[in-house]
Amino acid sequence: MPKRFVSWMIGGPQGSGINVAAETLAKAFSRGGLYVFANIEYHSNIMGKHSYYRVRVSEDPIHAPVEEVHLLAALDEETLFGDHHHNPEFPTHHGHVHEVVPGGGIIYDADLGDIRDRLKRDDLRLYPVPYFEMIRRALEPFGKAAEYRQYDIMRNTVALGATLAILDYDFDLVAEVIREQFKGRRARLADMNIQALRVTYDYVHEHFGNDFPWKVRRRERRGDHILIRGVQAVALGKLQAGLGVQTYYPISPATDESTYLEAVQSKYNVVVIQTEDEISAINMAVGAAHAGARASTSTAGPGFALMPEGIGFAAITEAPGLVVFLYQRGGPSTGLPTRTEQADLGFALHPAHGEFPHIVIAPGDVVEAFYDSFEAFNWADRYQMPVIVLVDKYLASSYITVPRFETRHLVIDRGIRYQPAGQRDGYLRHAVTESGISPWVVPGTEGVVFWTTSDEHNPKGHISEGVLHRMEQMDKRMRKLELAAREIPDSKKFTLHGPADAQVTLVGWGTTKGAILDALEELSALNGLTFNFLQIRMMRPFPAEPVGAILRRARRVILIENNYSGQLGNLIREMTGFRIPHRVLKYDGRPFTVNEILEGVRRALENDEERIVMISSEAREVIPWPTR
Amino acid sequence: MAYAVKDYKTEVWVDWCPGCGDFGILNAIHQALAALQLPPHKVAVFSGIGCSGKTPHYIGTYGIHTLHGRVLPVATGFKLANPEMTVIAVGGDGDGYGIGAGYFLAAGRRNVDLTYIVYNNGVYGLTKGQASPTLPKGVQTKSLPEPNLMEALNPIAVALGAGYTFIARGYAYDVRHLRDLIVAAIQHRGTALIDVLQPCPTYNNIYTREYYNARVYKLEETGYDPVVHNPTDEKEIVEKKAQALLKAYENGDRIPIGIFYRVERPTLEDELAARLPHWGKALANLEPIYQRDLTPLLDELR
Ligand SMILES: Cc1ncc(C[n+]2csc(CCOP(=O)(O)OP(=O)(O)O)c2C)c(N)n1
Ligand code: SF4
Ligand SMILES: [Mg+2]
Repeated sequence: MPKRFVSWMIGGPQGSGINVAAETLAKAFSRGGLYVFANIEYHSNIMGKHSYYRVRVSEDPIHAPVEEVHLLAALDEETLFGDHHHNPEFPTHHGHVHEVVPGGGIIYDADLGDIRDRLKRDDLRLYPVPYFEMIRRALEPFGKAAEYRQYDIMRNTVALGATLAILDYDFDLVAEVIREQFKGRRARLADMNIQALRVTYDYVHEHFGNDFPWKVRRRERRGDHILIRGVQAVALGKLQAGLGVQTYYPISPATDESTYLEAVQSKYNVVVIQTEDEISAINMAVGAAHAGARASTSTAGPGFALMPEGIGFAAITEAPGLVVFLYQRGGPSTGLPTRTEQADLGFALHPAHGEFPHIVIAPGDVVEAFYDSFEAFNWADRYQMPVIVLVDKYLASSYITVPRFETRHLVIDRGIRYQPAGQRDGYLRHAVTESGISPWVVPGTEGVVFWTTSDEHNPKGHISEGVLHRMEQMDKRMRKLELAAREIPDSKKFTLHGPADAQVTLVGWGTTKGAILDALEELSALNGLTFNFLQIRMMRPFPAEPVGAILRRARRVILIENNYSGQLGNLIREMTGFRIPHRVLKYDGRPFTVNEILEGVRRALENDEERIVMISSEAREVIPWPTR
Repeated sequence: MAYAVKDYKTEVWVDWCPGCGDFGILNAIHQALAALQLPPHKVAVFSGIGCSGKTPHYIGTYGIHTLHGRVLPVATGFKLANPEMTVIAVGGDGDGYGIGAGYFLAAGRRNVDLTYIVYNNGVYGLTKGQASPTLPKGVQTKSLPEPNLMEALNPIAVALGAGYTFIARGYAYDVRHLRDLIVAAIQHRGTALIDVLQPCPTYNNIYTREYYNARVYKLEETGYDPVVHNPTDEKEIVEKKAQALLKAYENGDRIPIGIFYRVERPTLEDELAARLPHWGKALANLEPIYQRDLTPLLDELR
């Protein structure tokens, strides 16, 4: 059954609190038994530039944004009409009015005057609300009405109050969420905001009809759920795994994970260190790993670009327990600092010079991010090789209702440890074994010492350029990768969603998963064809055989990636020889919407197009939700 | 059980050139470890890349030979993960003051309890004698095709600015004096820098053993007092730094060695101990870390 949903958007300048309004609403929806998917688009800027937040809500689980908007809340003029006034020569967008569905609504500041002409459409419901007047009235009971201009920041609450009235959603739930945000000495701010919410709610009920077609009602939902952001899921997975040391150098969109960990460090005994640069961050993590701690660093492309040397060092010295989190953002170089992309797959696969084993895992959503972040440390310990977890900005900021994480079945496996046999027992840190694994030991263990070096070495860890030492060390290191390939179950490496014998197979990785899954249900209902989705999660060691077998069996195959060249498609071709004939690509820094997946698949199937490039609805008309 | 100097040695063949100052530094480290009677399994020696970088292989403790310039981050990460260990980092002047300069500064700011010994030979030994950051401008050592174009960096002066809490200079051929400096540095709580004048007979024909033998003198023999006696007195700190700075720039006919500056300040470990309930043990062996209960965090996400 296709899903019913309501899509709301709030837009405004950075610093105006659109995120607070959106997350308050999302929380109130999620607590009201509904499923939420919310995501923000923002500039690399602190104050003033345009940002917007989409909140999609449904009675059924949903996993991605759609582009049509049922109700748009504009905190400023730019949200409606774009930035022509700031950027007359090179405007960056034309506002969001065109994304609102026919019959949909727009909440805006009545002070903008009559905007009907400028809208260039007459199929919308308009909700002009005098924002400052609402704030002034809200402040009256607090004796602050005269200072209402200083409370400009409450415009977001006004927009939220109007939203509640129009969608007819539960006022008290939202008030409860606001109250939680302002605790202790700030409790008075909660009262002011709730008053602004109330005043606007009443104003909208009084002045506008109650005929909005898209209402949202709370309901009962079975099971325990949470509303969580990607960075939090990653951080929780790391905590559950026994993370000991987290190093980082600030960079969007990875920093939030480290600050979250720092905020809970005294509860959980995590050492969180802000370093002087990413070279230090990776090397400090390698040092902590050699000391026996589970260690990690989280960064984005520009920071990862400083880490290859440290990753190679970890690989040749076989540091146990090192996991690097790479939050992809639009590249190259500084690129699009706050936008998403899947363009670092190739980089993660070749993260340093020379040949060495490492693992690359790419979780597809917030839930997988939690479990993969946990499992990554088990692999890093067991195989004593760097593990790279490939996530992205879109995952980092996705805010989604999911079943509460189940942690009881998660087992920490610290790998094969050395058992000391008395004083100076001749421990060999890089002992040559059949599996390739040299048992590791926590430094400080009585009677044991070891050496290791970034130079090639003998089993004892002393420098050696001897041909046979080189050969046995190189071969033993690479054997660990074969072992990992054998031991890690296929279920961690890829998933075939949907019927095994479908007529069309979509192929993707990482965060395109949500949009593809949501599209899958629509697609089957639409085209009379059957569809499945092959999601690749482990990029190294790559599950070449089963993936090759699935693809050769498939009838029509379409690749979907958030990058320019189709990096997974190239990897699949390299590893399996299979060439995927259609590529649906997107590299404008925005994630795929469900609409774009539907459209891309349609064009591949109907027009037989090979390369289909999507551009976000910020810059074009909305792809209409298919009618049936 | 008493440890002898030989307990800190290894069987590995030492591959420095005959007469290299590095031998003196290595001996001083061996002797300092024996003087402190540190169990070998409680000590970890880290190094960068260079001739100096070979050091850990010649010491019978944990030895981690890292990358060019990155020794301090690796040693710092190790120490924070396992605060029970005694951590010594060593490296060349190119390693520490050139490619690793950023980490050299940050280590001073962090004040983690570790000892950093820099083998200051004025050249990049292992890459065959190019100028290092401590080689003065206009000087032309053996393998430089032309005189050095850049001014020398003064490590003691930089360390004072960076916040090091123990700053000393040693001389590779005064092993006993250097041993005592290393003992004091290891005993110091906080990051201790020992810049060691290290003749490189192969590439540095200017700053030689003869050059230094004729010039070095010991600060402590002149009544110099490097210690900040009241570490909360910012005025005394500045005065002691100013005094050390004057000594740092004394590099003509007389070159001081010894402790230039010393102060007790809270270490990064002290700060972490105040934040983390179970600070002090190797994180690897800390049971609560493996039994974390995420319930309160998950509850917040309802
Ligand atoms: C990133 C990197 N760049 C360059 C080198 C080459 N390299 C090896 S040792 C060295 C310089 C060593 O000089 P110094 O640190 O003073 O140590 P010394 O040999 O004098 O003890 C250089 C540049 C390297 N190993 N890594
Ligand atoms: S090149 Fe210089 S520093 Fe290196 S071993 Fe030879 S003498 Fe020592
Ligand atoms: Mg040198």
